[in-house]
Amino acid sequence: MTPGTPEEVLDAVAEALAEGTPLEILGAGTKRNYGRPAEAGRRLSLSRLAGITLYEPNELVMTARPGTPLAEIEANLDRNGQQLAFEPADYGAVLKGAEDRDKTGGATIGGIFACNLSGPRRIAAGAARDHILGVKAVSGRAEAFKSGGRVVKNVTGYDMSKLLTGSFGTLAVMTEVTFKVLPAPDDSRTVVIPGLDDRAALDAMTKALTGPWEVTAAAHLPKPLAQRSWVARIAGANAATILRLEGPAPSVAARAKGLGEGLAGFGTVGELAHADTRALWREIRDVHPLVSPSALGPGCEVWRIAAPPSEATAITGRIAGNLRTQAFYDWGGGLIWLAIGALDDMAATKRAAIVRAAIGEAGGHGTLIRADAETRRTVPVFQPEPEALAGLTRRVKENFDPKGILNAGRMYAGV
Amino acid sequence: MKMPKPDAGVIARRKQIVGALRDIVPGEGVIEEVDELRAYECDGLTAYRELPLIVVLPRTVEQVSRVLAYCLANDIKVVPRGAGTSLSGGALPLADAVTLGLGKFNRILDIDYDNRCVVAQTGVTNLAITEAVEHKGFYYAPDPSSQIACTIGGNVAENSGGVHCLKYGLTANNLLGLQVVLMDGQVIRLGGKHVGADGYDLMGVLTGSEGLLGVITEVTVRILTKPETARAFLLGFATTEAAAHCVADIISAGIIPGGMEMMDRLAIHAAEDFVHAGYPRDAEALLIVELDGHEAEVDYLIGRVRRIAEDNGAASVRISADEDERLLFWAGRKAAFPAIGRISPDYYCMDGTIPRGRLPEVLTGIAELSKRFGLRVANVFHAGDGNLHPLILYDANIPGELEKAEEFGAEILKLCVKVGGVLTGEHGVGVEKRDLMGVMFNEDDLKHQQRLKCAFDPKSLLNPGKMFPILHRCAELGRVHIHRGRTRHPDLPRF
Ligand SMILES: Cc1cc2nc3c(=O)[nH]c(=O)nc-3n(C[C@H](O)[C@H](O)[C@H](O)COP(=O)(O)OP(=O)(O)OC[C@H]3O[C@@H](n4cnc5c(N)ncnc54)[C@H](O)[C@@H]3O)c2cc1C
Repeated sequence: MTPGTPEEVLDAVAEALAEGTPLEILGAGTKRNYGRPAEAGRRLSLSRLAGITLYEPNELVMTARPGTPLAEIEANLDRNGQQLAFEPADYGAVLKGAEDRDKTGGATIGGIFACNLSGPRRIAAGAARDHILGVKAVSGRAEAFKSGGRVVKNVTGYDMSKLLTGSFGTLAVMTEVTFKVLPAPDDSRTVVIPGLDDRAALDAMTKALTGPWEVTAAAHLPKPLAQRSWVARIAGANAATILRLEGPAPSVAARAKGLGEGLAGFGTVGELAHADTRALWREIRDVHPLVSPSALGPGCEVWRIAAPPSEATAITGRIAGNLRTQAFYDWGGGLIWLAIGALDDMAATKRAAIVRAAIGEAGGHGTLIRADAETRRTVPVFQPEPEALAGLTRRVKENFDPKGILNAGRMYAGV
Repeated sequence: MKMPKPDAGVIARRKQIVGALRDIVPGEGVIEEVDELRAYECDGLTAYRELPLIVVLPRTVEQVSRVLAYCLANDIKVVPRGAGTSLSGGALPLADAVTLGLGKFNRILDIDYDNRCVVAQTGVTNLAITEAVEHKGFYYAPDPSSQIACTIGGNVAENSGGVHCLKYGLTANNLLGLQVVLMDGQVIRLGGKHVGADGYDLMGVLTGSEGLLGVITEVTVRILTKPETARAFLLGFATTEAAAHCVADIISAGIIPGGMEMMDRLAIHAAEDFVHAGYPRDAEALLIVELDGHEAEVDYLIGRVRRIAEDNGAASVRISADEDERLLFWAGRKAAFPAIGRISPDYYCMDGTIPRGRLPEVLTGIAELSKRFGLRVANVFHAGDGNLHPLILYDANIPGELEKAEEFGAEILKLCVKVGGVLTGEHGVGVEKRDLMGVMFNEDDLKHQQRLKCAFDPKSLLNPGKMFPILHRCAELGRVHIHRGRTRHPDLPRF
């Protein structure tokens, strides 16, 4: 079904509820393979419920229907020198297993909030959840409700907008989202330190992020992955630790100089200008170093691991001791992208257990982003929750979708 | 304000409950004497008072867990309490409820510079976190004016803000992890020392939940490196319209200042008389615009903001020459509430948020209401994010004046909602704005909020009487209604 109005969404959900037919909720369907395969008798696509309904650049706010293509939103923002500061990633290449990095794009704004996407600027500006201001939605009870508003400061009632952000369509179908937009920086530069091993890179990133330079992104590409960059200076580097600075041009220049001096102890420091900076961080954001082409063959699994930055190399080290892997680091080490080569003789559950055990010691979350459907059915895709929390998660689901008709089982069994 | 009818049965069992709580929290952690209970009879919204049934001050997470499990098993209501500075009556006691005070949870557990975070027990004050890390050049960004007193757990429960939230975000945006005890005594952890956890964003939901969903026992917050430089502009304007326009122009120029505050004439004079900050007495509106960050950036932005201010006809433009002067500029703003306290026996602080562009019109509306109600109003507010704090001046000793002030306040909030804003930007709904929720939300909106409550606290024992005008029973909310009339629309496009 492809409803074109919020009323039609309500009708579609009411019908599914009356019949007991589970629905698969889609935007453009670019992230269908993200999460557990949902049990569904019918598809509900929001692609026709599209369009920007409010954009006030002076108020830093936009409202859009869920099916609005991200490209349309970004084009509008761009005309006003604004952006989505949370830098939503495009997982197209990772999820489709596309070997060609051009086969991406097409994401809708509803999907971006439903999956709570973010990008390298997560450490400075937050994720989608930090930018959503209000939402209108239809719950699994076939009732329309709204939450939040269009202003930044609002504590009127529970923050249901955050609840729906990252809930993968399992609680309600969003029919409208209102979010914060912010000025885009005039200029950006990337400070590059070549040749560091992972541990030294982690130290360099920590130093950069604890200094006065207002670094807005910090990543490290070990040697084999740096070579895959389309940015020549990075491809030629023997591993690349990269630090992004953004803002007014005079400020960026001064901070880049200061940062370079501050990190001189780590080696010879280079710099990338605005155009290369944009290209490079797009690659990092969209996980290109691991997937285009797949670093470990087409059948590789890809994990996204969020953990305390200081634990990053310990985690990758523990996993590498047991599996054939390649990894790179974003968020100053707080995010690890890890590919595991296809291992025919090892069960998927065993691989997952190795990864989760390695994270567990550090206190973090591991999400299995890319794997075949069978694996995603048998291995918990999202970090398994301890019993008390899992119980709470189930009760939240039951209260919003008591008959399990919205993306049933997409996040956890029964949720 | 009508509170839920106290349960006489529970009140009759008071002695027995005291005994049971003493078994869980031995020593002086259970308070039952009226004289001592008096200290807990209200929070920052002092117009409402009620003696709690009992106050319990646990020291450990295990004690909190056992207290809650006991209260659940015995159908006893619980009101969580931090420092009691809430301005919306969120921590107001109930005659038949145990007030669960978290003041003993006052230790910082871990300072982790490499991961740029602090782990603190819930009762640690907001300011204590900054104080613990500032010698290394770090700070915790959200800075409510009550930061010396309010607790970090209370900040989470209210999603508190401060003048620096325009650039650095509210409590919600600076939070990494929580430990929470649920009403059934189970302990959960959300997030950790990292961002980007998956699963439902229950941390986001608990933030701003006003003690209705769970009891927070531990908080992990992100700390930031102190900006290299900070300088403040003091801009005087002949009209509030011009000041509001200047705010809009700064934002549209792509500049997000560290803080951007506005004060009107009455507030300017009260503050100037009190702290002598050098505010222009002839101005109708004053803006404080703080630019912080790297020195090169601040220097560059000073030039741009100065031009924008001049283009908007600023009558006076001053930039702080040094750190002392910057702090002096702020001193007036920070003391604005007590300064108003000097010129009026009582004042009532409102907290609506509006789209910035509607500022002139809303200020005019407030001025008209002020005439209609015959009460003065001073405006001090977070202009950058449209969060208004009209202070209504009244005298509680004059019969009927408090009620008049409240009615005036409600009219202001309705006006905020009418122009696309909300009832509360940072102080919470509590009891104060509870009965206004219907201005913003319809029945289905509120029912869905309460269903979230049902997932956490199905018997509605945690902080009842706050936030929701009508409490539906979870059994009733849980029923599924099949909307036959809405189904089978043949015209609905299908694959
Ligand atoms: C002079 C003054 C200035 C203020 N300035 C600001 C300001 O600039 N910005 C701003 O946002 N607020 C401000 N406030 C309001 C107030 O300080 C904040 O709301 C603060 O966060 C409350 O913290 P508290 O510890 O006092 O909480 P309390 O008042 O004790 O409780 C507040 C609410 O949180 C709940 N609660 C408290 N602790 C817990 C816990 N551990 N677990 C679960 N629930 C809990 C309570 O049940 C209650 O509903 C100001 C107040 C005053 C008196």
